[in-house]
Amino acid sequence: MLKILKYSIFDLLRSRWSYVYFVFYLILGFVLFFLNNDVNKAIITLMNIIIVLTPLIGTIFGVMYYYNSKEFTELLLAQPIKRSKIFMGQYLGVSLSLTLSLVLGIGIPFVLYGLFKSASIFDFGLLIVVGAFLNFIFVALAYNIALSNENKIKGFGYAILMWLFLAVVYDGIFMILAIKFKEYPLDKFALGAMMFNPIDLSRTLILLKLDISALLGYTGAVFKQFFGTSKGLIISLLILCLWVLFPLFRMRQKLLKKDF
Amino acid sequence: MIKIKNLHKKFGKLTVLDGLDLEIGHGGIFAILGPNGSGKTTLIKCLLGMVIPNKGEIEYQGKNVLKEWDYRNNLNYLPQIANFPANLSVIELIKMVKNLRPKQANEQHLIELFGLQPFLNKKLGNLSGGTKQKVNIVLTFMFDSDLIILDEPTTGLDPIALIYLKELIQKERYKGKTILITTHIMSVVEELADEIVFLLDGKIYFKGSVPKLKEQTHQENLERAIAKLISKQYHKETV
Repeated sequence: MLKILKYSIFDLLRSRWSYVYFVFYLILGFVLFFLNNDVNKAIITLMNIIIVLTPLIGTIFGVMYYYNSKEFTELLLAQPIKRSKIFMGQYLGVSLSLTLSLVLGIGIPFVLYGLFKSASIFDFGLLIVVGAFLNFIFVALAYNIALSNENKIKGFGYAILMWLFLAVVYDGIFMILAIKFKEYPLDKFALGAMMFNPIDLSRTLILLKLDISALLGYTGAVFKQFFGTSKGLIISLLILCLWVLFPLFRMRQKLLKKDF
Repeated sequence: MIKIKNLHKKFGKLTVLDGLDLEIGHGGIFAILGPNGSGKTTLIKCLLGMVIPNKGEIEYQGKNVLKEWDYRNNLNYLPQIANFPANLSVIELIKMVKNLRPKQANEQHLIELFGLQPFLNKKLGNLSGGTKQKVNIVLTFMFDSDLIILDEPTTGLDPIALIYLKELIQKERYKGKTILITTHIMSVVEELADEIVFLLDGKIYFKGSVPKLKEQTHQENLERAIAKLISKQYHKETV
């Protein structure tokens, strides 16, 4: 598996898109830090971008990599390597190279700005961890969709729809329900609903860590009580882990039966 | 060497292999023929573990192969369409495949034979179809295995490369290897094949030598003999 991983990363590091992605974050980081002297504000802006963009890029890269390397995967399948190892290697390759672009892209401006001297290092760390999780989650989801769809166009379509649903539509439905049932105490429901969407979960996690939950009113206080403690933090990270593990488990099951 | 018993495979509603039985002994060149869509590639892919059969058993060198993977170390496979990662160069790809198999490889004379030296440092994405097929051939023949499976090996090759490929196949036969080959080019079959395995309706319709096939179909010419076998299917469909 490590060999496949090595070659996938090697292959991706030579692709132009990895650099475009890296340079994008690099420019974004520099612009945010040097035009905006407040680190907290910069982190919030970065968060808003990362939370929507990493899932989108992860989804597109995952689907694209799967379909583009299909014939090559067939060549690997005829070699004495276990099936699941080939796909795990590729999956980790895509996820890690995307995470590398993210970490270096926003890490370099942060370090140059003097992050290690500021108190924001933990917030920044959390941002990176959440970004990495989102990469691993959405590449896994994308791989699942691609494995289930022989047709490229359909696979792409479903993958984008999945992203659109989790990034935009889910919040819309949530809002409508919240307005509709505003007479009822909704914090438990809201908390639950948040767990089922990795994007919402990540966003809440960072916002509460940044200590601006006061803006969120009573519900914010409930959230703060949950997420603000180390127990809440651990539970949220565990749920993010489940979001990685569940698609990987399904991928394994699918691979046992798939024809190439 | 290979024993296949009662192999069934369906893709959705389409039945491709329907209770296929086949035994292939040690050594020799076996041409797997049949009309388009008769299940040649599916049969090969079942043997390779790329397609998972609905029912049936496959044994290679006395061992069951279903859900196994290490048996593949003792077979070489040339896929029908050669498509490699565009970002890698030829030499990197060769090194990578060598690295993936715990086995000695001998690629140098093959690279020279097919004149691939000028392309070694070129990216695979920039190569022509024929050159990619040559790379594909090098990757297949550089390992020493008892079984060699070739799926349409002649695609895109120029006449000289084709001659070299045929010589290469002959050489492997003399070493006592078993070679399975699918092709639509009858001259290749006539020149190389010791035995023909003809697939029709997901079963083995004919298995035997070229002269036996000619005798059975009362045809002088192999192309016509094969055409006669295939025409039975066409007539059946019109009835």
